[in-house]
Amino acid sequence: MIQIFVNANYDFVGKRRWFYAASAGLMLLSLIWILFAGGLNYGIDFTGGALIQVRYDKPATVDLVRRGLDEIKLGAAVIQQFGDAQEYLIRLPQVAENPETLSKQVRDALAKAAGGKVEIRRLEFVGPQVGRDLQLQALYAVLAGMAGILIYVAFRFHFRDGVISVAAIAHDVIVTLGALSITHRELSLPVLAALLTIVGYSINDTIVVFDRIRESRGKGVRKGQTLAELVNAAMNQTLSRTLLTSFTTFIAAAVLLIFGGEVLRDFAFALVVGVVTGTYSSIAAASLVLDWETWSRARPRSSGKVPAKA
Amino acid sequence: MTRRLWLRIGLVAFVAAVSVFYLYPPRKTMNLGLDLQGGIHLVLGVDIDKALQIQTDRTAERVRSTLEAKGIAVQKAERRGNTEIQLQLAAPTTWADAQTVFEREFPSFEVKEADQSAGRLVLAMRQREIASQRESFVRQGLETIRNRVDQFGVAEPSIQQQGENRILVQLPGVQDPERAKALIGKTALLEFKLVDDRVDPAQAAGGAPLPPTAELLYERRVDPETKQERRIPIVVQKKPMLTGADVADAEVRLDQGTQPYVSLTLTPAGGKVFAQVTTDNVGRLMAIVLDGNVYSAPRIQERIPSGQAQITGSFTLEQARDLKIVLKAGALPAPVQILEERSVGPSLGADSIRKGIVSSAAAALAVVVFMLVYYRLSGLIADVALALNLLILMAALAGFHATLTLPGIAGVVLTIGMAVDTNILIFERIREELRSGKTVRAAIDSGFARAFRTVIDTHVTVLVSAAILYQFGTGPVKGFAVTLAIGLLASLFTAVFFTRLVFDLMYMRGRKVESISI
Repeated sequence: MIQIFVNANYDFVGKRRWFYAASAGLMLLSLIWILFAGGLNYGIDFTGGALIQVRYDKPATVDLVRRGLDEIKLGAAVIQQFGDAQEYLIRLPQVAENPETLSKQVRDALAKAAGGKVEIRRLEFVGPQVGRDLQLQALYAVLAGMAGILIYVAFRFHFRDGVISVAAIAHDVIVTLGALSITHRELSLPVLAALLTIVGYSINDTIVVFDRIRESRGKGVRKGQTLAELVNAAMNQTLSRTLLTSFTTFIAAAVLLIFGGEVLRDFAFALVVGVVTGTYSSIAAASLVLDWETWSRARPRSSGKVPAKA
Repeated sequence: MTRRLWLRIGLVAFVAAVSVFYLYPPRKTMNLGLDLQGGIHLVLGVDIDKALQIQTDRTAERVRSTLEAKGIAVQKAERRGNTEIQLQLAAPTTWADAQTVFEREFPSFEVKEADQSAGRLVLAMRQREIASQRESFVRQGLETIRNRVDQFGVAEPSIQQQGENRILVQLPGVQDPERAKALIGKTALLEFKLVDDRVDPAQAAGGAPLPPTAELLYERRVDPETKQERRIPIVVQKKPMLTGADVADAEVRLDQGTQPYVSLTLTPAGGKVFAQVTTDNVGRLMAIVLDGNVYSAPRIQERIPSGQAQITGSFTLEQARDLKIVLKAGALPAPVQILEERSVGPSLGADSIRKGIVSSAAAALAVVVFMLVYYRLSGLIADVALALNLLILMAALAGFHATLTLPGIAGVVLTIGMAVDTNILIFERIREELRSGKTVRAAIDSGFARAFRTVIDTHVTVLVSAAILYQFGTGPVKGFAVTLAIGLLASLFTAVFFTRLVFDLMYMRGRKVESISI
């Protein structure tokens, strides 16, 4: 039979500062990139505006699309090839134009410039008010998801574990957002759905380890085994299953990325990144249990005295 | 076998049978979302302020005419703000009479400010009235749009109120979204107004002052040869003689076999008014106004007692047909504005379905093969559990009349990856128990028991996310949340209950079991 990591005995706990540093570094990099370089590329779901997917009856170019659009003066359009050379995605900022006639106008103008037929395959128009409403709602949704998990984990395990879980989730979400920003992907409603899924799913590996730590401690700390050893053993014992469960979900997300088509591409990308970081962050999360414990035990004893530094 | 075991087998068989029942025949039971079958999704905002203004404008006109009919001269009757009417009586001596008229004829308004010596006062719509109007605007809008869509002929449309003043319209399979939008969004306020021939329209268009009872409108005329559009100014009386509310029926007819026009049959009351108006105004022009645009302004040749009227203009057969629909369904009580639109052409929908099927198949294949290779016979059991999971998921979607959207398919694909997680957690635990030297049966027992707690915890966290996503999301995203949640719940049944049953049947009965393929 095939088995991985049967007698795994990696010293995760001993090297935990490296994992902390790597996680913090990734988060920092993502935040810096988002704040100072790439920014978050909000899609029309959040900003308002229009998105039009057109298909020509013969191969065309971005220039040809632009020439067609120039005729009707709709403002700064972003044009992007979408799949093959016959298909294009046009993004328009706030359209003053009446959305009732927008598709007809665009189709006629593009067809005229190309001297052929153009099909409007998809049109999305979001008014400015709806977009503003959504931005706030999206933030609330992610925060509510994290709060829900904080409460559940705190209730099932320990308040400490709840807080650490939320920190791990925040890490996963921020790194995923950073990856989206670096690759110039758009933050749309489906991508937000992916982020919320990550909130719920990426924490699973951490929960598996938490569960094992609790179980091991329930049996009582064995003689001569420190808490550090116990936590490390729990991580090693669950290593194969956390990797395997993430692996199958990773396969599913990767398949969507490859075969799901353009419409689902960004969504699948966010999932892939989230699943990977979620698995990785469980190492740092489990180690944090140890540091939290050490810290909270040291505190009452150290009151009034000079804390003993180990 | 024990009774309990039979019961468990029976339950699994029952669930599978119910699932197949709900899924058969698949084409009929699966509800495809707009992004898969093509169609149009609209969120319309009802402009309630505008509707109140229109309402108040009409009341102001009615106040003037009612007072004048009672011999009380009015200098000014105008709307102020959304719901107030500013009134100036010609002579303060008529004050008391005017008060009586308000109390009797306009109970939905109250006197807000009054200056008796100057004969000036402000009427305001009562708060209760405003509240009930707001509600009825949206309700009427919903009703009117539903009527129009019904006559337009769309299979399984969905029209619902969203929030306080928004209307969500979903029309699957509509081939011509532009036409549908024009039909739904048109206010379609039809008015018959007498042309005011005291004023020269050309001067009025140039900015000359109008009498307070008149207004300037335009007729758009398209030259059939040059296709050039001209706007012809027409001055009409503000007060309409008849409105769309007086129309009982509308039909498309052909003039001389080619030019379409819309023939109207008025209600009995409307017909009476029409007969009277045409009697009194023979020789004058009567403008037919739709949403503030003059369609035509024919001369009244003679008294028309039949209650029949016509709207002519240079429209195509399709335009005439749509005009008929909106006139029959009635006017929207307030203008609506498109706040959000998502329309997908049928060809893109078909593409998405194809890609969805390919992705699902590829993900299923990869996961199934992985489980087989890694867990062998137990992997096969997990694969059967996965198949059962997908069957239940599809049946639940059909049974709840949920809509399968493209993100919904993504949810199915993700379910494939997540559902086997449960079995992995259980199998890994069993392997661990075996390594610690337990017998096969003991390992299975404690493997299932110990993994169960973890399985519950991991399920709950994802379900929390799915619940919030459902709460937050719009159509397609909701579809994703629903499939994800159902898939996860189903995996509790398939990956825990069903898998355990198979294990019990294989390893827990009869003679001693030496080994397990896991």
